[in-house]
Amino acid sequence: MPSHKVSRRAVLRGTGALVLSFSLSLDAWPQKGSAESARPAAAGPKPPGSLAKTPLLDAWIRVDADGHVTAFTGKVELGQGIKTALLQVVAEELEVPFEQVSLVTADTGRTPDEGYTAGSHSVQDSGTALRNAAAQVREILIAEAARRLKTAADQLHAAAGAVIGPNEARITYAELVSSNLLHVEAQPVSKLKDAALFKVMDRPVQRVDIPAKVTGAAAYVQDMRLPGMLHARVVRPPGYGARLVHLDTATIEKMTGVVKVLRDGNFLAVVAYREFQAIKAMRALSLAARWEAGEALPKQAQLHETLLGLPAQDQVILDQHESAGQPSRSLEATYTRPYLSHGSVGPSCAVAQLTDGVMTVWTHTQGVYPDRQAIAEMLRMPQDKVRCIHVEGSGCYGHNGADDAAADAALIASSLPDRPIRLQWMREQEHGWEPFGPAMVTKARASLDASGRIVDWDYGVWSNTHTMRPGAAGALLAAQHMEHSFPVPQPKPIPQPEGGGDRNSIPLYTLPSAKVTHHFLRDMPVRCSALRSLGAQMNVFAIESFMDELALAAGSDPVAFRLAHLDDSRAHDVISAAADEFRWAARPTPTSGHGYGFAFARYKNLAAYCAVAMQVRVDHETGRTRVLRVTAAVDTGQVINPDGVRNQIEGSILQSLSWSLFESVSFDTTRITSIDWATYPILRFGSVPESLTVRIIDRPGTPFLGCAEAGQGPASAALANAVANATGKRVRDMPLTAARVKATIGI
Amino acid sequence: MIELKVNGRSHNVSADPDTPLLYVLRDELQLNAAKFGCGLGQCGSCTVLVDGAPTLSCVTPIMLLEGRQITTLEGLGSLEDPGPLQQAFIEEQAAQCGYCIPGMMMRAQALLQRNPHASDAEIRAQLEPNLCRCGTHMRILRAVRRAATLMAGPGTPPATRAPSTAGTQLDAPDTDNDAQGDARRRPARTDKRERPER
Repeated sequence: MPSHKVSRRAVLRGTGALVLSFSLSLDAWPQKGSAESARPAAAGPKPPGSLAKTPLLDAWIRVDADGHVTAFTGKVELGQGIKTALLQVVAEELEVPFEQVSLVTADTGRTPDEGYTAGSHSVQDSGTALRNAAAQVREILIAEAARRLKTAADQLHAAAGAVIGPNEARITYAELVSSNLLHVEAQPVSKLKDAALFKVMDRPVQRVDIPAKVTGAAAYVQDMRLPGMLHARVVRPPGYGARLVHLDTATIEKMTGVVKVLRDGNFLAVVAYREFQAIKAMRALSLAARWEAGEALPKQAQLHETLLGLPAQDQVILDQHESAGQPSRSLEATYTRPYLSHGSVGPSCAVAQLTDGVMTVWTHTQGVYPDRQAIAEMLRMPQDKVRCIHVEGSGCYGHNGADDAAADAALIASSLPDRPIRLQWMREQEHGWEPFGPAMVTKARASLDASGRIVDWDYGVWSNTHTMRPGAAGALLAAQHMEHSFPVPQPKPIPQPEGGGDRNSIPLYTLPSAKVTHHFLRDMPVRCSALRSLGAQMNVFAIESFMDELALAAGSDPVAFRLAHLDDSRAHDVISAAADEFRWAARPTPTSGHGYGFAFARYKNLAAYCAVAMQVRVDHETGRTRVLRVTAAVDTGQVINPDGVRNQIEGSILQSLSWSLFESVSFDTTRITSIDWATYPILRFGSVPESLTVRIIDRPGTPFLGCAEAGQGPASAALANAVANATGKRVRDMPLTAARVKATIGI
Repeated sequence: MIELKVNGRSHNVSADPDTPLLYVLRDELQLNAAKFGCGLGQCGSCTVLVDGAPTLSCVTPIMLLEGRQITTLEGLGSLEDPGPLQQAFIEEQAAQCGYCIPGMMMRAQALLQRNPHASDAEIRAQLEPNLCRCGTHMRILRAVRRAATLMAGPGTPPATRAPSTAGTQLDAPDTDNDAQGDARRRPARTDKRERPER
């Protein structure tokens, strides 16, 4: 049994995170269990959520000698409130006070491997795992109490961290728990609490991370200050594939505070004692470097024609033919989306330290395990000598520069053993080098019968990959740029039912005959990957715009037309709730530039349902659209934290409005040219709606349905529909900038 | 050495005079609130107050600041004893990732110090230079309005601890096919809201 000097309590308090070496084996702990000791469940029914992959209960929940409970999750806090929600789940099912539970988030040294925190999966995967684990731990503790009290388990119940029995018998969890009691595999079925009895779940518990964030306490990886820490900056090539042909570092190495100038192939970095010294040296290094241009980019003005002309891997993902009425009228339309930036307000950052042959990386990545794999491969180190620990950063909304910054910091730290290296990107690096949300084109064609029902539907989506996340080193910029570089992995589509570019390309509507084709475009020099909701934002924008065009052609009200084509009762409820809340039926006839729009989708056709109603005013003279009033309804299954759901839906809608009103990555034939907030404008307060309400449909006892991305598509489509309603003209290309709307509506 | 007055205390700092205030606050004074966002004065994440006026610390060299009163978010209260603006942001749960929030708060503080009765339009106009990417704008506006009430001080009815429920109804849909009907319809739960002290 390996020895360690750090007390287990200290580790559980979290103070161990900064001082522990990775050689600490969790096998040394009485209640052992971790990703390392996790193994697949035996054949047969698997326990739910992420328990299926990591079935040992004490990999998820440990009860300390003083009764404090520590829960472990492989998911990370991105500002979506997952920490608080998971704590609520554990407190509820385990019957312990909320304040008595703490949570350790993704750390390859301590927590289960739950892959990426992405795709609105955290509550569905980790919430389900922790809920079931907590319920099973509770029942194990009750069974242990029954054994000790020599009474039947059904005479006992759990409350406030103890098991209570007849005649005032009470044994605390701390007294009940012993070395291997929880070191057992989860069962497929748990005795879950009745939703009617919830005291902590389904309550707007205040988020545990907000007080530190609003008082200036250390809250982010950017705020880490380790003893002896140095500051680093990288110098990136001027464009994709550019090669460094000349560099004289002598004058830069003499600059005040500079510790090291690092060149490894096309990877350039500078390390200094102080942060601004590093920035000044970075600027000097940037001026000193001479590059040879790399691969040419397509002409931005012909971007969508270029996409349609690329070799495509076609996959028909829906093809159904049922008898229906005679088509009497057909419509077709083409919709486009540009490349979009994640646009994190805080540029990506990481801290890395190589000590005793172990590389520790503190990172705001969405996936510590895939990053460990990629960084280990890049540094040619065994995976067990690399530890990735999640620390919060600025919101990411998908695959931004977080993983690349982690790799940059690790590569720099590997050349300066024992010195912690803090690396932060500059604004122009975040904007210029992050992997963008892909540009897309969709084409829709449908026919209506004489009664105004859709009788056939044909839809195609053209898109590059929506996932180039690490796992392989070649996904990381540093690994691509270093002398002994790693090849960029082959882009691949994400299969249905979740899909990538084709996410939400299959309408939830009842369509007798329908064909949907995903035209996957493998190659594109513009770097792209996962942006919040992947292809769903574009597909919902297109489908819901087209549904409005069809409703107009059929002479139907947009809400009634949708309801008439839906069999799903929860979809009906969400649409009706949003329409009701908005007073859709009582909306006035549009006058003086006002317009009303509606849109709906079920995210991925398997997560939360969301409907959005919107009122806008379009200024005819300038084409500027002002969003006045937004109402959303959401069905996210069993709610853990209603205020958290609202916060996510509000954010999803406002971010989507920003994308679809203002945003477009720009580039010339050699480089990205949208490199700051002046060249890549986003939503500011002057464009924020006057009101935004979110109505939650309560579905107690039903499975969790992820909601964090549910508003992305409906908000964009409701905007386009409201603008069309206001102006009588349809804008099918995002963003709906003032210039584009003006060009569409004319004089 | 340049002497800087930050949150009421004097500090002799050794950074070069052309160093923007942001790096001195973060590196030398170890203050976390002001954030690096762009270094270009475009996003407001680094906003602090200089003599009460909102100032972009990422583009303000310390040589301009000798003798001036600098206030950062840390000067408005602490984790243990939050000030009214901080309390209002906690009560309204006005953050997602929270990275932009300290800058927002300092710009709001400047407005409320000048005009405790600022209108919604004035608050929006004041916050125009600051970017939030998570889309927390509606909550930020509510929190600033709540802070104005809290700052008005004694004589004002104490604000409740619960987030305001404006536009945030929690109820079942008014649909007949809602199978479980009223049994699942819950009253407002403001009385049961918990406020973990962590």
